[in-house]
Amino acid sequence: MPTITYIDHDGGERQIEAKNGETVMETAIKNSVPGIDADCGGACACATCHVYVDEAFMEKVGQPEEMEQSMLDFAENVQSNSRLSCQITVSDELDGLKVTTPESQH
Amino acid sequence: MPDTIQIDDDVLSRNLSGPIDKVDPSEAALFENNVHHEVFRRLRREDPVHYLPDSPFGPYWSITRFKDIVTVDSNHKVFSSQPSIVIGDPSDDFQPPMFIAMDQPKHDVQRRAAQPAVAPTQLSDLEALIRQRVCNILDSLPVGEEFNWVDKVSIELTTQMLATLFDFPFEDRHKLPFWSDVATTSDAVGVAGVDMEWRMKHLTECLEYFSRLWVERAGQPQKFDFISLLAHNDETKHMIDDPMELLGNLMLLIVGGNDTTRNSISGGVYFLNKNPEEYAKLKADPSLIPNMVSEVIRYQTPLAHMRRIALEDFEIGGKTIRKGDKVVMWYCSGNRDEEVIEDPDAFRIDRERARHHVSFGFGIHRCMGNRVAEMQLRILWEEIMNRFDRVEVTGEPTRVSSNFVTGYTDLPVRLHAKT
Repeated sequence: MPTITYIDHDGGERQIEAKNGETVMETAIKNSVPGIDADCGGACACATCHVYVDEAFMEKVGQPEEMEQSMLDFAENVQSNSRLSCQITVSDELDGLKVTTPESQH
Repeated sequence: MPDTIQIDDDVLSRNLSGPIDKVDPSEAALFENNVHHEVFRRLRREDPVHYLPDSPFGPYWSITRFKDIVTVDSNHKVFSSQPSIVIGDPSDDFQPPMFIAMDQPKHDVQRRAAQPAVAPTQLSDLEALIRQRVCNILDSLPVGEEFNWVDKVSIELTTQMLATLFDFPFEDRHKLPFWSDVATTSDAVGVAGVDMEWRMKHLTECLEYFSRLWVERAGQPQKFDFISLLAHNDETKHMIDDPMELLGNLMLLIVGGNDTTRNSISGGVYFLNKNPEEYAKLKADPSLIPNMVSEVIRYQTPLAHMRRIALEDFEIGGKTIRKGDKVVMWYCSGNRDEEVIEDPDAFRIDRERARHHVSFGFGIHRCMGNRVAEMQLRILWEEIMNRFDRVEVTGEPTRVSSNFVTGYTDLPVRLHAKT
């Protein structure tokens, strides 16, 4: 099972054993990782599961699709490594992925 | 406290037991009497994607299930917000452009220009000021006497907040809720007997007042109020030369920050009184307040609907919406959808996943001020719990007659001091 590390904005780390096929958002919610609201439940429709992806994994995670980009346009403090975690699906390839949650989800 | 039903029996029985293809949930009387939930329950069960070929607002589709609302709301390429986001078109054809009723790309640049005023970072700077104002309002209330909570608390607090977001002259702040009421008092949302000329006269006053503020702000260094942000942004600074677009956006920002939170403030008091066991939970554990705030916003659903126009044919719920059709997403129904929300007609302040509601909408038009709204409600309830043993509702509220704004004009209460 791939391991994902969630880092909160203060630097606190949580390592979670994730299931292939679930999203980085779902993994966080199931494991009560704070800092991710996911108000829309994973429909790429609210931008409240915003995370910063560790630079080393940017290529493996891939680029946001058009709808995700539209939603990110209205999130707070967006950076070049910003993604919506409901749009990142866990796979063996992402073992060791680190994501940082922003100070607040808008 | 029995609910007083004054509604014409015909309206309700026609919608509850008449033929399904004639059901029209847009009748304002249903909302004014708080019986609209029964009609939507029927639609979700019998015809969740419902077409009505003939209504006072013309033919329209009703989207009533949570998941279908998310589908429509997040599909802005197929479902256009132009030229308006309410069910009807006004009889005087006066529909000034505003970014909530625009599609990409224009929507995006205007929304981005205004958004910093309500960004989380800006709000944390405002929190102490809001708390001070909440305390001042609560400390000025009479204890032990009956008064109208809507006037003295809900309207006053949202007005002060709005004045802050616009950096509006504080002594003139009462113009803001007046203009908000003028903006939402329209035959386009089923309000009967509106003098549309009177409406236009006051909207023009609003435009003139804000145009003066705009010119003033444009000549000063940029600050984080809505007017200053718009006046200094390269993409929006020419809005002053397009008075209709300026007025449209002012109406959006005033109504968006006023009529919505106002009614969640009143609704929370009412729901806690209707559910004493929930009030007891809150007293036992005030740390439930943030969760309760989300539950109040779900249960109240201050804006009952948003409308779209289909730009192409679209299949949903086994039906085909045709290009050009009007589509109404009933947020008030999605928020009571049994398939997504457990025991949805129950008000439960400790509900799990309380944030999973549709009141703020989804997609690119999702409520920009959602965090301001939640912050105001959270601070208000923290300070209420610090001061009062109970806010007692002493009679049934008077509700707004509209299929858009779901709210109250009168909520009689009596405060009980902490012992």
